[in-house]
Amino acid sequence: MMHSSWWLSALLLVPLFGIALVLLVRRRPGASYVAGIGVATVEMVLSIIVAWMYNPNISRTGIDFATRHVISAPLGLAYDVSLDGISLLMMLLTSLTLLLALIGARDKRREPALISWLLVLTTASMGSFLAHDLLLFFLFFELTLVPSYFLISQWGGAERIRAAMKFFVYTFVGSVPLLIGILFLGFKNQHYVRGALDFSYTTLSSVSLTHTASVVLFCAFGFAFAVKAPIWPFHTWSPITYAEAPTAGSIEMSALLAKLGSYGLVRFAIGLFPLALNDMRPIVLTLAVIGILYGSAMACVAADLKRVIAYSSVAQMGFIILGAISGSKIAMIGAVLLMFNHGVITIGFFLLVGFIEKRRQVNTIKDLRGLQSSAPVMAALFTVVLLASIGLPGLSGFISEYLILLGTFATHAWWAVFGALGVVGAALYWLWVYQRVFHGQADSKNREIEDVNSKERWVLVPVVALILVLGVFPRPAIDKISPSITNLIVHVSQAGASK
Amino acid sequence: MIKIPSAHYLAIAPVLIYFGASLALLITSALRRSRLSASAATSLSVLSSVAVIVVAVFEWLYVSRHGASETVAHAIVLDRFGVLATVAVALGTLLTSLVAKDWATRSKILGIENQILILATSAGAIMMAVANDLIVIFLGLEILSIGLYVLVAMDRHRARSAEAALKYFLLGGLAAAIFIYGVAILYGATGTTTISTMSLYFATNYLLHPGLAYLGGALVLIAFAFKVAAVPFHNWAPDVYEGAPTPITGYMAAIVKVGAFLGFIRVILSGLGTNLDTWRPILFALIVLSTVVGAVLGLAQKNVKRLLAYSSINQAGFMLLGLWAGTARGVASTLFFVCTYVPVIIATFAIVGLVSGASDEAHDIDSYRGLGRRQPWLGAALAVLLLSQLGAPFTLGFFAKFSVVASALDASGTTLGLVTMLSAAIAAVFYLRWTQLLFADDKVSQSRVEIPAATGTVIALGVATVLIFGVWPTPIMWLCQHASIAFLP
Repeated sequence: MMHSSWWLSALLLVPLFGIALVLLVRRRPGASYVAGIGVATVEMVLSIIVAWMYNPNISRTGIDFATRHVISAPLGLAYDVSLDGISLLMMLLTSLTLLLALIGARDKRREPALISWLLVLTTASMGSFLAHDLLLFFLFFELTLVPSYFLISQWGGAERIRAAMKFFVYTFVGSVPLLIGILFLGFKNQHYVRGALDFSYTTLSSVSLTHTASVVLFCAFGFAFAVKAPIWPFHTWSPITYAEAPTAGSIEMSALLAKLGSYGLVRFAIGLFPLALNDMRPIVLTLAVIGILYGSAMACVAADLKRVIAYSSVAQMGFIILGAISGSKIAMIGAVLLMFNHGVITIGFFLLVGFIEKRRQVNTIKDLRGLQSSAPVMAALFTVVLLASIGLPGLSGFISEYLILLGTFATHAWWAVFGALGVVGAALYWLWVYQRVFHGQADSKNREIEDVNSKERWVLVPVVALILVLGVFPRPAIDKISPSITNLIVHVSQAGASK
Repeated sequence: MIKIPSAHYLAIAPVLIYFGASLALLITSALRRSRLSASAATSLSVLSSVAVIVVAVFEWLYVSRHGASETVAHAIVLDRFGVLATVAVALGTLLTSLVAKDWATRSKILGIENQILILATSAGAIMMAVANDLIVIFLGLEILSIGLYVLVAMDRHRARSAEAALKYFLLGGLAAAIFIYGVAILYGATGTTTISTMSLYFATNYLLHPGLAYLGGALVLIAFAFKVAAVPFHNWAPDVYEGAPTPITGYMAAIVKVGAFLGFIRVILSGLGTNLDTWRPILFALIVLSTVVGAVLGLAQKNVKRLLAYSSINQAGFMLLGLWAGTARGVASTLFFVCTYVPVIIATFAIVGLVSGASDEAHDIDSYRGLGRRQPWLGAALAVLLLSQLGAPFTLGFFAKFSVVASALDASGTTLGLVTMLSAAIAAVFYLRWTQLLFADDKVSQSRVEIPAATGTVIALGVATVLIFGVWPTPIMWLCQHASIAFLP
């Protein structure tokens, strides 16, 4: 029997109630921080319970916790949420990101407002991952822009206003074709069935489209997700945005919001327009490989740590897209895993960079030197995260990249070959960064740097634990996600064969 | 001997109530020796607005039972479409009279003329929306416009107010002339000024030489485009918006849109509807120009009232989308857009009025720097209202934009959908810049903005509408859909 959808509604509502709570206690110093962490913990616990309860074999599609209530028929608006293997890890990542961003990247400037925006962002991204209706997805997807904009423009660095505006306008423009595409699909279905306007994923995935329409719609959807992810060449907003955002904002955006792009690609662009894949696959694969190589190259020459992470993310998103689009089941499982693992790794990186920034007020590589001698624990933690990002066997990054390359090699060998160069690239730039920042003779300021304190260590415990556990024992996660992915792959190949 | 046509008083009750209240105020204030207090006048405005809304409810029920009907020699129509517009106008009037009362106190505008004029102007707007005759639309248009000319000039302490009124009057007079000339030509072409008869005429006759009808229709269309400030007939808007007393600007932005758009829909889709394909290219151009020009020129504005003027030009382009579509969905969505625009824009201008101070001069965008830090509630309210106009999800503005774009797409207007949404992305820049400025931390010591109770209520109502119906647009959409279902010929 399917589980109650109230669990998912609770996941959406808890952060909203949390805002009320945070604002209620805003006058008492520090109280809003405690309240925020309390809410985030509840959210995290709820997510873990839901993930625990989730039964991947409940139906052929792997959809659990589903419900659908039409809110406004003329608008086609409906509350339609569900959970399947593809959204499962994203749901966990959303809660985890919130909790760690709150604890690890505390910013005392106007704390109640900051925490409220983070909570809004959590509901928005949680909603995007749980929505099983295209209009509802679009609403949440767009809603993520508002809190992100405020987080950057209010708490960011010197160039924050320009960065925030650039981010907003890029992603807003990106979502315009998505909206038009969703509407087009909805009306196509309505004219066909002569019923009410309906944007439910289930309904729209059965709309029969001509080949041309599929390709055009794939491009419209793909554009929005490519900007969000970001995929080369639509990434130009991301370095300045990640660099200017406050640490909590950078974490949310690169660890979580970027995944909306790849998630959207897997769920909607691929799931709804399988006919377009034969034509679009070589193009997307090529963009992904270019992204991997370009991201690696730019990460080598980036001047500050946040930009290194930003460009490294471009490369990692390239891997995710490569696996997602390749058409191989193994590669897609790898891609879904990497979405989660990259999120965890990025949280780790941004937290550590945040710790460095807090001590040195800078994150430019040339100002940092020899941190290892004065902060050995920080260096060790950085090493773990870094090795996971490079893809060292036994750590979480390895298993997902390995699956992606393995699967892609079977279907599209040459792209996999060039993509694999990205693994070398990652080793190159990360080790080089490590060498410049942590090795060498520290000058006065860098010598006096304080090592991570106990609270900061505790924040990184979940990150390191997840990196290790998912590195050696990914089986439970793969078991939970693979039925949904099998179903998607079957749907795609059937559609490709039958039409 | 002239036969007096029978009148169905329920249909004309809203207009009568507003005119009656206006006249009553006028006469009492003239007869009484002592000055009538502003609160008494405001109370009457509020009461009559409430009365109009109650009457509208009965009208809606009546139409549900008996169907739509025409009365007063086919000059007035009683249908849900008009009823909904009546409610929107009444709501706008209610909110404006509250804001205007505080403004008059603040800016030392003595007397109760503003309430008298607001009531009369609203009667004009309702008349436009329920008219079934081009002459009655013209009457409504003139009543609406003349009231507004005077209202715009109400602030005797500011020269700009009079300047704006003169500008509005001259250009508005021209538009009225164009309108009535178009009506005359349409009469020549079809032999009638009644909209339903005209529609019947076009449906049953094949015009060998349609030039005359086209010319008449085009002139009427231009006059409406002027009233709703669609590019290229928008030049008056920024100056008039800036010069008019701020609460009146909000009132104008809301009420004129309701009256003019509803009249516009009746004429273009009902009267000339069989020739919609003739008007579509013109509407297409108006939409593209309004949305793009409104958004782009809005970027350069430092004065918030001019900014909002360009914003409203952009919004007018969106509202036209439903007309371009010409379907029941299109009419419903334009109706939705127009009706929901009323509380949002009035509340926005209420805040602008508060910030601009007693002299009503501080309209520079820098006056808003840090407002949200000094007064979080006021700042948050303005942010919500601006985000709604931007079209952020889970605000009323999103569903307004969504429904008009959807209706355009349903009528295969993909290009229009893309262009208008991209213009929304451009417009987002100025809305966000303003919103961001509200919470900027530059230490500019400015005094707190006093929020009088009445204006505060209006702002709270506007924000509540945006948020509640932003999550649950069902009732408004239901009303709009039912108002337009049996409307098209």
